[in-house]
Amino acid sequence: MVMVILAILVWCLGWWLNSRLANSPAAATRGVQLLVPAIFGVTVLVVWELLVRGLEVSLVILPAPSVIAERFASSIPILWEDFAQTILKGALGGYVIGCGAAFLTAILVDRSDFLRRGLLPVGNFVAALPIVGTAPILVMWFGFDWHSKAAVVVVMVFFPMLVNTVAGLRETDQMQRDLMQTYAAGYWQSFFKLRLPAALPFVFNGLKISTTLALIGAIVAEFFGSPTVGMGFRISTSVGQLALDMVWAEIVVAALAGSAFYGLVALIEKSFTFWHPSQRG
Amino acid sequence: MKSVIAVLTVLAAIITLWYAACVPMNIKGVLDGAERAGAEVTPATPKARRDMSEIGLVAKNTFAIGDTWVQERPRLPAPHQVAVELWKTTVEKKITSKRSLIYHAQVTLSATLLGFAIGTGLGILLAVGIVHSRVMDMSVMPWAIVSQTIPIIALAPMIIVVLYSIGVQGIIPKAVISAYLSFFPVVVGMVKGLRAPDSMQLDLLKTYSASTSQGFWKLRLPSSMPYLFASLKIGIAASLVGAIVGELPTGAVAGLGARLLAGSYYGQTVQIWSALFAAAILAAALVALLGLIEKLVLNRMGVRA
Repeated sequence: MVMVILAILVWCLGWWLNSRLANSPAAATRGVQLLVPAIFGVTVLVVWELLVRGLEVSLVILPAPSVIAERFASSIPILWEDFAQTILKGALGGYVIGCGAAFLTAILVDRSDFLRRGLLPVGNFVAALPIVGTAPILVMWFGFDWHSKAAVVVVMVFFPMLVNTVAGLRETDQMQRDLMQTYAAGYWQSFFKLRLPAALPFVFNGLKISTTLALIGAIVAEFFGSPTVGMGFRISTSVGQLALDMVWAEIVVAALAGSAFYGLVALIEKSFTFWHPSQRG
Repeated sequence: MKSVIAVLTVLAAIITLWYAACVPMNIKGVLDGAERAGAEVTPATPKARRDMSEIGLVAKNTFAIGDTWVQERPRLPAPHQVAVELWKTTVEKKITSKRSLIYHAQVTLSATLLGFAIGTGLGILLAVGIVHSRVMDMSVMPWAIVSQTIPIIALAPMIIVVLYSIGVQGIIPKAVISAYLSFFPVVVGMVKGLRAPDSMQLDLLKTYSASTSQGFWKLRLPSSMPYLFASLKIGIAASLVGAIVGELPTGAVAGLGARLLAGSYYGQTVQIWSALFAAAILAAALVALLGLIEKLVLNRMGVRA
């Protein structure tokens, strides 16, 4: 009971602190803008811990954060192996192949107006479909190892990336293209000097959407069959053994990997599209 | 009109490619069958065939090409096989039958819609809170944005098991997964939408001495509609994926995900493909339906979309 009351107190304290910070004159500074969500996150974790211990929730339903942290620290080798198998091999491999293929296809498609008219609606349509469902088929074709996961990722990221790149390559306006023409620039010259830079914000948008899709594809595909290593495999078997602390540890890894992957692409974007209004703000 | 022709050409090209791909994909199985049936096959033993490339096999056994499109359990079923299976399992089977795709689709659809309704409702509520409270904005919004970059669908198997252990099963666990998958896109989109009115418009309402709730109902909510529908379309697609993935660890009784899993256990490729197409048709229909509602709502409100 003490723990539950303590949890309520901690929640109120965190909220009070945040409302003071958010309504203070310093709220616009970068430090406070990072501090407020951080305080919120820590408050949630502490309340979670206190409630689980106070109400004696069974480990099977919800492990306390400290238990998860302990499990995380004690199984770093396993987690690293799973990370390497699922993220580095499956997701990243498929991401590079899929985005690369989509980018090259987009350049080809862009040269023909007919193809673009035909492919864009189809691509937009396919991008909205539950493509994860191809996982059982691709696992059957490419075997249980990471190749099949990479294949799922390729299929998943291809169309969002294609649609974004094709849209980006149309971004230049007539005046700019005419200017390149008066310079007597060839197709590839005007492509590299004008149209590709103009397309970059769209390309990076596609790349950023694809980071999340890549992780989803690689993890879900492992539910359909995998070697005895990998994050999806570990999640589904640990759930079967009711070792939920391990599941949470894997989810922490997935969350870290996902935000790091996205952050990395966003950083690269920043250095490439520094001229774009959205980056100057 | 020109676009329609272009789309049809692309579709025709895809189907042609598909038929072409069936030949090398299925040739080994067809030749093994033909050999067992006593036909003349070059090379004669399965062992010799294993070392050859698929293209080479096709070139040496041109008589078998037709058979690659009518196999019982092909590695890649031909388009017409999938279409026939879809027709058989939707139109010719009774809806109550366990083998009817309509029955399975309806199981998945009900979980999707329930979850979508919960997720959207909560998402809109949270967005309203975020727009009106600075504290909530600063504490919750960054987490909602970060949640878009992580594969939260990985939580699905755990939610199923945890809810099962406290006695909840059936449609609810799947709906919970659908709900949280559609929740975050709706929050992020709706916050953007509720902030869409510029300060001139907000100031105008202030000069009318409109209260906060009047400002919400008369300005913020109407101007958020285009954003809301854009994120609803993302949300419903995510909900469907959530419901399908939620069916995987339950031991696969009913639903499109169960059909996928059962098909992959028993090597019933035609069944997998037809379930996949049923899911695709369902997703397309849901997104199209939302598009239609969007058009009606926006027309009614005088927004030109």
